[in-house]
Amino acid sequence: MKSAVVVFPGSNRERDMVAAIEKITGHRPVTVWHGDHDLPKVDLIVIPGGFSYGDYLRSGAIAAREPIMGAIAREAERGVAVLGVCNGFQILCEAGLLPGVLMRNAGLKFICKEVELRVETTASQFTKGYAKGAVIRSPVAHGDGNYRTDDETLARLKGEDRVAFRYVANPNGSVDDIAGILSEKRNILGMMPHPENLIEPLNGGTDGRPLFEAALSAVA
Amino acid sequence: MKARVTVTLKNGVLDPQGKAIEGALGALGFAGVGSVRQGKVFDIEVESTDAAKAKTELEAMAAKLLANTVIENYRVEIVD
Repeated sequence: MKSAVVVFPGSNRERDMVAAIEKITGHRPVTVWHGDHDLPKVDLIVIPGGFSYGDYLRSGAIAAREPIMGAIAREAERGVAVLGVCNGFQILCEAGLLPGVLMRNAGLKFICKEVELRVETTASQFTKGYAKGAVIRSPVAHGDGNYRTDDETLARLKGEDRVAFRYVANPNGSVDDIAGILSEKRNILGMMPHPENLIEPLNGGTDGRPLFEAALSAVA
Repeated sequence: MKARVTVTLKNGVLDPQGKAIEGALGALGFAGVGSVRQGKVFDIEVESTDAAKAKTELEAMAAKLLANTVIENYRVEIVD
């Protein structure tokens, strides 16, 4: 099982992500710099959280147009699993690999706390380790987590069972309480919460662990 | 040649920052503010001397990077 964590200037959760994946698989992911044009052959690509390019212009906007994103799009097209967490989700949306956009939180405040998520579908390699409807805990830490899309796309996401997670109590105004969505081929997951921060008892819980175990076992 | 690209939120897109500004204007005693929508302005200098060509190029810049066309509209003007 090989994985890669992509680092942009301003990423700041890449160490947590690397530590989580290494703890779960025993293998340290490769870290890939944003200016690279190619990715090593891996089974899982992760875009971690942070503030790439200081959130200038729009969160994720500049990172989304970097050379490495072309390589990620190609690998995703081949069916390689791609996970974007927090800023990673914003980057995937800005790159057009996921529909919609993450806008400023409705309450305008940066939110850093633990929330509850409902697992809405188990039909993906990221969520198959959970029970459908299960409520899990996950930290969130974002200022721009307010997911928005047009009505037509929202209807499609729902109709195609592509809402992966919903907030039990919506913290940021996201449409339809959406916390995470899947791509059409279901191999790309973008989510605002940080499952990598709840993977061992020392973190205060292990609710994020099944996501990584499932994603990483799918390709083992 | 100088150009200005104006990026605004599409109608119907919620603008929490605009709402907060609207509230602040009211709090400062400015009565009669119907609504506020926040946008962005980019002043760009381009080397081209051909206005039509420059405009096409700027439209491409706006569509590709300056605006997120899921939620935003843009307008390109050649200033001089």
